[in-house]
Amino acid sequence: MSLEKFLNTAVSSWMSQEGPDSDIVLSSRIRLARNIEDFQFPTVFTNEEAQEIVDLFEKTFAYKSYVPFGKFELLKMNELQPIEKRVLVEKHLISPHLAEDCAFGACLLSENEEVSIMINEEDHIRIQCLFPGLQLTEALDVANQLDDWIETHVNYAFDEKRGYLTSCPTNVGTGMRASVMMHLPALVLTQQMNRIIPAINQLGLVVRGTYGEGSEALGNIFQISNQITLGKSEEDIVEDLKSVVQQLIAQERMAREALVKTSNIQLEDRIFRSYGILTNSRIIESKEAAQCLSDVRLGIDLGYIRNVSRSILNELMILMQPGFLQQYAGGALRPSERDVRRATLIRERLKMEERKYQEMEGDEE
Amino acid sequence: MICQECKQRPATLHFTKIINGEKTEVHLCEHCAQERGEMLMFSENAGFSINNLLAGLLNLESPLKEAKTSAFQGPEILQCERCKMTYHQFTKVGRFGCSDCYHTFSRHLQPILRRLHSGNATHAGKIPKRIGGAIHIRKQIEKLKQKLQDLIVREEFEKAANVRDEIRSLESRLMEYGEGGL
Repeated sequence: MSLEKFLNTAVSSWMSQEGPDSDIVLSSRIRLARNIEDFQFPTVFTNEEAQEIVDLFEKTFAYKSYVPFGKFELLKMNELQPIEKRVLVEKHLISPHLAEDCAFGACLLSENEEVSIMINEEDHIRIQCLFPGLQLTEALDVANQLDDWIETHVNYAFDEKRGYLTSCPTNVGTGMRASVMMHLPALVLTQQMNRIIPAINQLGLVVRGTYGEGSEALGNIFQISNQITLGKSEEDIVEDLKSVVQQLIAQERMAREALVKTSNIQLEDRIFRSYGILTNSRIIESKEAAQCLSDVRLGIDLGYIRNVSRSILNELMILMQPGFLQQYAGGALRPSERDVRRATLIRERLKMEERKYQEMEGDEE
Repeated sequence: MICQECKQRPATLHFTKIINGEKTEVHLCEHCAQERGEMLMFSENAGFSINNLLAGLLNLESPLKEAKTSAFQGPEILQCERCKMTYHQFTKVGRFGCSDCYHTFSRHLQPILRRLHSGNATHAGKIPKRIGGAIHIRKQIEKLKQKLQDLIVREEFEKAANVRDEIRSLESRLMEYGEGGL
């Protein structure tokens, strides 16, 4: 498969498009957890119940159009290859838990991949909306519409006092997790992040690495989300998260300015060294690649690097994950082979950028 | 750190004893702590076991104490009739079995939810459109009743009469819901 063709199928809209504040905020996500009153929760439900839920979704929602998302496709976990599942996880469309542990798990996926509805994960239904940039309110809007759409066909487990009832008591109430993925290289470089994280935690928000709980912040990308789901409205939770994110954006911009002022040449050196590594290396581990991509992205944002598009960080951070590399290679790869593949993929992708910009300049002349 | 009693297993229970002003630090494994039963008298919240950190968050009673009472008095089994999950199982897995569990375990739930959600235990967000119809109306009535009281206090009787009519019409709509089985 050619790289161009692979990219066409691999890149979801939130990776390549830009949104508000997308120099710092890579994506915004809203997740709503819902259960159906008539069935026991996935913790204890029988295989028959699980199958019934999948059938219900297949019959009622799959292959039906819902404006503006087009048709929804139903993917059953037990019909997918391990690599295919891994790719969906790396694109943040499904959770690792759904891919690995849910025998009757399924996922309704919208054509543009902005929306995925996980079925039989920890809860019967998990609606997820993923938008580029800082668009939490927009994502909540869409999630609410989908929620209402589903509710016209099923009875949700809901209690006046406790709200939407979920398997885990940490999700009860709104069942909503709002999260924002942020690229904060300057706050990390100036060692302010260690100070900021505990402060954010005190506000009832959680800071994590890219791939959720316990994962480290590869490439200076942090995920910030709400912890509390009970006692606050969805809108208030989103507003609170948004205001913290906006403060972080301001802090990061200040730190970037300060870096440019105080250590311009060192910063430029660091950025171009990283660019050199990405365009020339033949073997590269994901940790090093993530760090270099972060530097290059910072270089683009600050105007040091002009001939590479900004979405390169979002895109390559995902494409260089093991699942994608193996899909691109068309088969399983050993870790050492992956590092070679990864280096090739990144080199080729950056060459595509160079060609694109040369053509653009050619047109201008 | 190794248990000071058996000197074999790792110590997971750490606490400080103060007897007649004399302070002693005690580090035990769970097994030895169980054996030295007299320790448990102090262990309402003093014993801190890493293994029980999460379960402890869900279970207000000390896990060790519960183990003890169940051994002597027989356990009080709180079980969900629908999915057969017991409260004890719930505290172990941290997940409910079905929506009825919220009702079955409700008397234990209030403090747990408060701990997890910074002191909140009552939902303040979205209400489902279809099944929540009656709830929507009830909430609206509550709000209007409050408004009615305010208007009466301020002696704005004309407005109060309007609000009263509004409440009546909502109440009759609520009756319809009641007859519809929701």
